[in-house]
Amino acid sequence: MNTLEFLVLACALATYVWRGLGAAISGRVRAEGPLFTWLGCVAYAMLAGLVARIVVMPLGTLEATTLWQRLGAAAVALAAYFLLTRKNLFVGVIAGGLAIIGLHLL
Amino acid sequence: MLQGAREAAGVPAAVLVAGYTGFGALAAGHGLPLPAVVASTVAVWALPAQLILVEMHTVGAPLLATVLAAMLSSARFLPMTLTLMPMMRHSRHRGWQYLVAAQLLSLTGWAMAMARFPDIAPARRLPWFFGFTLVCIAASAAATVIGYAVADAITPLIKIGLVFLAPAYYLLILLGSVRERATAYALACGAVAGPIAFVYAPQWSVLIAGLAGGTLAYLLLPIRLR
Repeated sequence: MNTLEFLVLACALATYVWRGLGAAISGRVRAEGPLFTWLGCVAYAMLAGLVARIVVMPLGTLEATTLWQRLGAAAVALAAYFLLTRKNLFVGVIAGGLAIIGLHLL
Repeated sequence: MLQGAREAAGVPAAVLVAGYTGFGALAAGHGLPLPAVVASTVAVWALPAQLILVEMHTVGAPLLATVLAAMLSSARFLPMTLTLMPMMRHSRHRGWQYLVAAQLLSLTGWAMAMARFPDIAPARRLPWFFGFTLVCIAASAAATVIGYAVADAITPLIKIGLVFLAPAYYLLILLGSVRERATAYALACGAVAGPIAFVYAPQWSVLIAGLAGGTLAYLLLPIRLR
């Protein structure tokens, strides 16, 4: 088994830790308290950090675009999601994809 | 079960397809092999953890750092299962079925189930959930393959649009989920910490940004909200 395959398996198990734990103790423990608040903060911060990094300093395909094109496309996605539709995720995501193509063509 | 499957095959599946097509294209752009990429959709079944896996593997991050980051990014499953499982309990079901259901859980399935369960009889909720989530996983796995396959066949321009779908998906989901001050603080602190950490320690940046940004956000909260 190569490293990547092992990594996929390890990440699946790492994800299942929370799923299995939650299923096992549900009904006895409530999802409240400082520990849950902090865990939630860490999880959200980590994702926000990753998404911000992909937009600001991408790897791979998106390296062909400029920072302003990515920021512009992100703004279009946000506008389509929050302003044009009532939080229609599908429309927002597609708008973002089309916007970066359009901005890259300019 | 069929009822749940039918309800998934619509907007929920379409949104997942958009996200996972982007993920497939992104992974192809990083030069990763298709079997492992599809396996991550089916086995990990958490797009944030998969995004972390793909990005950190590409920068050559240590295995432990990647697994730890994937684990922390999935902490949301604990409160999700804690709230959802009691609603699905029924004497007709067996214990292992809940453990399987926990693996099938995703943000989409959780949100839909929480919204629909009040209208579904308790005994039917678990089958409904299986039907709903299995369609979601099947659609996402297919989208991963399609995104990966077309990434090489299409023009570089279209590929850029496709790859941008995954970060756009998360940008909107994250900002759209802000209901509490803790979430808003955590997103802001994380968004600043992520790129900064990447400059100094690319291989550990996801983990550092999460722990530092998340803890800072937590400390910034008024005591009564902690």
